[in-house]
Amino acid sequence: MSAAASLLNVAGVSKRFGGVQALSDVGLCITAGHVHGLIGPNGAGKTTFFNVITGLVPSDKGRFELAGQAYKPTAVHKVAQAGIARTFQNIRLFADMSALDNVRVGRHVRTQVGWWQALLRTKAFLHEEALITRDAMALLDFVGLAGKAQQTARTLSYGDQRRLEIARALATEPKLLALDEPAAGMNATEKLQLHELIERIRQQGRSVLLIEHDVKLVMGLCDHVTVLDQGKLIASGSPAHVQRDPAVIAAYLGGAHQPTE
Amino acid sequence: MSKPQGLPVFLISAVALAVVPLLLQGFGEAWVRILDTALLYILLALGLNIVVGFAGLLDLGYIAFYAVGAYLFALLASPHLTDNIPAIAAMFPHGLHAPIWLAIPLAAGVSALAGVLLGAPTLKLRGDYLAIVTLGFGEIIRVFLNNLDAPVNITNGPKGVNSIDAISVGGVSLGAPMNVAGWTLYPVTLHYYLFLLIVVVAVIMSQRLHDSRLGRAWMAIREDEIAAKAMGLNTRNIKLLAFGLGAMFGGVAGTLFASFQGFVSPESFSLQESVMVVAMVVLGGSGHIPGVILGAFLLASLPEVLRHVAGPLQAMTGGRLDAAILRQLLVALAMIGIMLMRPRGLWPSPRHEDRMIPDEGEAGGRA
Repeated sequence: MSAAASLLNVAGVSKRFGGVQALSDVGLCITAGHVHGLIGPNGAGKTTFFNVITGLVPSDKGRFELAGQAYKPTAVHKVAQAGIARTFQNIRLFADMSALDNVRVGRHVRTQVGWWQALLRTKAFLHEEALITRDAMALLDFVGLAGKAQQTARTLSYGDQRRLEIARALATEPKLLALDEPAAGMNATEKLQLHELIERIRQQGRSVLLIEHDVKLVMGLCDHVTVLDQGKLIASGSPAHVQRDPAVIAAYLGGAHQPTE
Repeated sequence: MSKPQGLPVFLISAVALAVVPLLLQGFGEAWVRILDTALLYILLALGLNIVVGFAGLLDLGYIAFYAVGAYLFALLASPHLTDNIPAIAAMFPHGLHAPIWLAIPLAAGVSALAGVLLGAPTLKLRGDYLAIVTLGFGEIIRVFLNNLDAPVNITNGPKGVNSIDAISVGGVSLGAPMNVAGWTLYPVTLHYYLFLLIVVVAVIMSQRLHDSRLGRAWMAIREDEIAAKAMGLNTRNIKLLAFGLGAMFGGVAGTLFASFQGFVSPESFSLQESVMVVAMVVLGGSGHIPGVILGAFLLASLPEVLRHVAGPLQAMTGGRLDAAILRQLLVALAMIGIMLMRPRGLWPSPRHEDRMIPDEGEAGGRA
């Protein structure tokens, strides 16, 4: 974990919702080019942590560093501009827009031609529009949706919607792609396709932060796994190492402390 | 978005639009006046469509920008200011007569600014809350206009401003009949052509905005604001642009209205008007430009046409049913009927937005 290779470095994050300490002093360090898993039982604070990193929820405390630059996750769009793109646990596509337009919206942040140029249909506007469409089509192709570019997002199958969300996030050219339970609700075939897709994203040199319940997926994909339980970091290391950690086993099987129900 | 195969349709409709007022003026100027009013409402609806239809921000105070444009022109092209404020009279000894090339860009600019200013405090509000606040802002503007007659008489209060110049284009006033090759073109007809030209420009602008990076960003915010933010969209700026550009259309419509009527008073800018414009957008098909035009045309002209139908009905009931009430009843029934049968509007946007393969999507998922 040399500082040079670390892409995202987060430390000392705390967050309290009223009387609930959702996160206390949690941190993680993602190595560039790695797939980093974030796991934990229900209610462990995974999603809260994820939302804090991506700026959706302000943290009470914490230090944040992306690619060696300190950043403050105070506004969601600034985090995305800085280079963290995310997907959502419950899919949040632009439902009434075509698949292509969903991805084209993702290109927004990396393009710049202004609206007055659109009104005048200037050369710069037409040129950029062509580039946006080309890049978006390439991404749809990358996730295997090129044939469904003109379909309205809401009419796509569940697995396709998940993959479209990933394509849209990739369109922002993120340094870190953050996936919030991408396999939730997927069948075995779709999971296999997702596994293969994330593998290809890694091969492109992008880092991935993965929240996931599916143990097989996490253990098969991740280079490094961080485990949360009740808002605390309980283990961090290679998948094989984490799997044997007694604290992790206790958290999942309810050995050390009482079941919450 | 005229496609090559649409060229004959385009030419036919262009000729039809040019000829219609000439035919109608034979039946009386009132009929052309209905068209003029409908065109103004189309312009308003196109502007509100940017805010409500594209960006999904329910604005119930939109008529305020119509008022801003109307009063701006009223003050800059009538004797009101020079009569009441000696300093201005001294500056303009010949009176204030703003020409069209100054009035329209100025109205566009000032109302866009007003749109941004009124939009700014509402940025964090959504849905019902946004509607209530914008409704309040709309009323505030009207109340201002009603009361700005003291201590300095700026708006002349509820009495309104009159003797407003008719717009003149290239030295030809639209306020006087014109003889062209034996035909007499009445002021209403002349205004019709000006309004039509501006509406056509507005349609092209709307469509170009719709098909741009900004248009997609608006629609992304309409669909899911949080996801839009997560894609790096600065939703604050993008919403302000929607408010500003939308208000711009309203301001220009207001200027045209003031010139057309020659008189403005706060009464013309009531909540009822805002609600009507929202109804036009929603009824026609929110976000879909042809639908919005249709909605505005129907809702603006239907009550006037019903005026002629309600008369005989009133006579049939021996005068017991008031024509005005009957008219409202019929309009309301029509609106309820449309909403029940076509909940997405009369002419909603096709589900497959900006389709590239033209022969695909016949079975397209209309739920």
